[in-house]
Amino acid sequence: MNQRMVFNTVGKILLAEAALMLLPTLVSLIYQESCFSAFLLTIAIAAALGVLLMLISRPKDTVIYAKEGFVIVALAWIAASLIGALPFTISGEIPSYIDAIFETVSGFTTTGASILTDIESMSHGLLFWRSFTHWVGGMGVLVFVMALIPSLSERSIHILRAEAPGHNVGKLVPRMKDTAKILYLIYIGMTLAEIVCLLCGGMSLFESVVHTLGTAGTGGFGVKADSIAGYSPYLQWVIAIFMLLFGVNFNLYYLLLIRRFKSVFRSGELWAYIGIALASVLLISIDIWPKYQNFTEVLRLSTFQVSSILTTTGYVTADFNLWPDLSKTVLLLLMIVGGCAGSTAGGMKVSRVVIMLKRIGSEWQRMLHPRSVKTLKFEGKKLENTTVTGVCNYILVYFICLATILVLLSTDPTAFGFETNVSAALACFNNVGPGLAGVGPVENYAAYSDFSKLILSGAMLLGRLEIFPLLIFFSPSTWTKKG
Amino acid sequence: MKIIVIGGGKIGVTILSALIAEGHEITAIDSDPAVINEITNTHDAIGVVGNCVDCDVLSEAGVEAAELLIATTGSDEVNMLCCFIARKLGAKHTIARIRNPEYNDNSLGFLRQQLMLSMAINPEYRAARELYHLLKLPSAANVETFSVRNFEMIELKLKPDSPLDGLSLIQLRQKYPEKFLVCVVQRGEDVFVPGGNFVLKSGDKIAVTSTPTEIHKLLRHLGLMQKQARNVMILGASTTAYYLSKMLLAGGNNVKIIDKDLARCQKFSEELPEAVIIHGDGAQQELLLEEGLRSMDAFVSLTGMDEQNILLSYFASSQQVPKTIAKVNRDEFAAMAEHLGLDSLISPRKTIANITTRYARALENSKDSSMETLYNLMGGKAEALEFIVRHDCEIINIPLKDLQLKPNVLIAGIFRNKRIIIPAGDDVIMEGDKVVLLAAGHRVNLLSDIMK
Repeated sequence: MNQRMVFNTVGKILLAEAALMLLPTLVSLIYQESCFSAFLLTIAIAAALGVLLMLISRPKDTVIYAKEGFVIVALAWIAASLIGALPFTISGEIPSYIDAIFETVSGFTTTGASILTDIESMSHGLLFWRSFTHWVGGMGVLVFVMALIPSLSERSIHILRAEAPGHNVGKLVPRMKDTAKILYLIYIGMTLAEIVCLLCGGMSLFESVVHTLGTAGTGGFGVKADSIAGYSPYLQWVIAIFMLLFGVNFNLYYLLLIRRFKSVFRSGELWAYIGIALASVLLISIDIWPKYQNFTEVLRLSTFQVSSILTTTGYVTADFNLWPDLSKTVLLLLMIVGGCAGSTAGGMKVSRVVIMLKRIGSEWQRMLHPRSVKTLKFEGKKLENTTVTGVCNYILVYFICLATILVLLSTDPTAFGFETNVSAALACFNNVGPGLAGVGPVENYAAYSDFSKLILSGAMLLGRLEIFPLLIFFSPSTWTKKG
Repeated sequence: MKIIVIGGGKIGVTILSALIAEGHEITAIDSDPAVINEITNTHDAIGVVGNCVDCDVLSEAGVEAAELLIATTGSDEVNMLCCFIARKLGAKHTIARIRNPEYNDNSLGFLRQQLMLSMAINPEYRAARELYHLLKLPSAANVETFSVRNFEMIELKLKPDSPLDGLSLIQLRQKYPEKFLVCVVQRGEDVFVPGGNFVLKSGDKIAVTSTPTEIHKLLRHLGLMQKQARNVMILGASTTAYYLSKMLLAGGNNVKIIDKDLARCQKFSEELPEAVIIHGDGAQQELLLEEGLRSMDAFVSLTGMDEQNILLSYFASSQQVPKTIAKVNRDEFAAMAEHLGLDSLISPRKTIANITTRYARALENSKDSSMETLYNLMGGKAEALEFIVRHDCEIINIPLKDLQLKPNVLIAGIFRNKRIIIPAGDDVIMEGDKVVLLAAGHRVNLLSDIMK
């Protein structure tokens, strides 16, 4: 394995993180807060570590293969999270480093699960940093670096593939650097649009920015204990719509920009995504009708919750823990489905669900007509057998990981109950944030033991990086000559 | 620049990786998903799977905005049709690979005009030309020619007992009266333009430019002169072999071609009645010896397998054949073959990559000068370039000694009124001149790029 290239790239990531941290530093400077020095110290540490890594591992050649891609991504995310947690602990606002790691991983992986019991007393700088990690993690730390650095490697597609969500990651334009730039420009454009929409609704600048960063990355960190519930219906609608927009494959926005409207309308994943959202809104609206008895309110609440959970954002406007069982079940299933491939959302991804259903359909057909020949198609193209096998394999591994996380969580000394543990595992693994019962919308993860917090942090990383990079990173054979 | 490369075969991939290294945006088209997958995995390019003659596929690859389209599929007809359609859809320039000898006669001009092709490339013919030049001057490891006929560049490898060992370039000039320039030196992994105090060592690979007559004199003086190869044995009845045999036979040389495919042997004997065609397995050393390998002046191995070419050339040199040349398409094999002591290797892919790179650079930049020729030397670490100087070039009419050139750049020759000037400090470059440059470690697009 090209270890020099791996560590060199991680060094670059740390430098990029140091640069990104200048923004929250600026915020804390504006608000004259004490966390200013914590940020400066962290920047110094990150920059020093980054330069050191780059110096001691100057690559002899830049050739990387799929394996290096996975390892670079896994290591970069772990390193970025460990460094990103420092300001919380140094400033003393989250005294326990494990808690700070949980919070930062939750940020970068766009989960939005929090251990904070009193959000409103946090300083502005740290609140901003928390939400900013959502924004960076949503599109990807390495994609960001690729957009800036001329050429990481001829084969940086392996990094993109390991970091970007979805089963079929490709480039938009020939050059990797340009692809990364286009993705980030679309991302920045949509982010600015949402900030403007929120400002128009009367939200303060700081809160608009923080909530937009949380929406864009489909993260879910806010500044209020009751999340979005306290804001006006207009603001709730804006956030609900933007959450849905950020859950769409960004390639489609590029196609819109270059006026290839037909390809957008032919996207099977987009229609499935819209269909799932509409069906869930309908089901939940009917289910919670007796509770609210007001058409606009029911529609707003169900749309917001569905869009928040489907895109794995995790903002809430109602304590859905108190909703009837059908609604809770639908929301729990939406967590698993997640957003579209190539978006900032988590979960299993709509495209995988669609492919899996198509595969089940064709197998069904084969049982009835053993000699039938059928070609599976998706987005107008033939589905290669390797793709279908890959998707099925992913889903299998997904559930094995889920089961493992659940077993480890159940060993927690405090007995939280089955519902809490299942929903906590699902909410973290799928990067949603709030679960049910003990980790419901108005609760938080503070009560879990340190061990469980680390397990959940791992679950969030597994979910964001789509399992394999992390598994490959921790597999001993990756690091021996044999592998 | 946006460039579409069609066909992910050996030639296509070589062209696209050379163009990516130049910084162009490449879209590759191939009908095989596995080929496109491999290309996008290993190169910074985007791929489209489909039939390259299909308008939809070409549009998906963005042909409307493409500056250049290069068609390199195995079929000449597909390449021609694809280039034609691409032109109609808006591609500004098109290059087609056309290698069938039937098209490469008088009809080529007509085809090019009617199909609006910017260029037709024929890798086999180019390779044959290179081989022919090498066989004319067997002591050189490599011979490059420029658009001005009376100027050549040869590559020499200094053998352990070379008379040049231990001489500085100034001493060299004093000892040998011929007019020539040592332009580039490769020592180990390093490639550079040497200064006057540079001392040559055996094992160095050097590039020398001059007129063919001066080069002949120099080689004779050095005792390196070998007579032109008159009796040539060619292994493999490939298209390259066909072109090469035609050139050799036209010069009155003897050619013996060995191939194990009977049908191809028959076809060759039909088309090349003067050549001796042997039907047999060239990998059998017994057959080679029986056919008089030891009395040959040169042995050229042109089969489709690099490994076989390398091994049989090695065998031929062990049988004291004065000149052996192997066709080696894969770079990694080329390096190994050099370790074995085979200094003359020929790679049609590299030749084609040189041509397309030159074409793309000339398209991008035609401001103060236009590029006529581009050669990659010493494993791609140095380049030889030929420019035609235009009136708005900023370095004209300045004595060369006053020009602030970048390090590792050398002006090797100036052509004016059909005469060659081996430049000294007082010479100037004038409008309409052709200038040959050597550059190591720089990318030169324009003549003015050589200035600091």
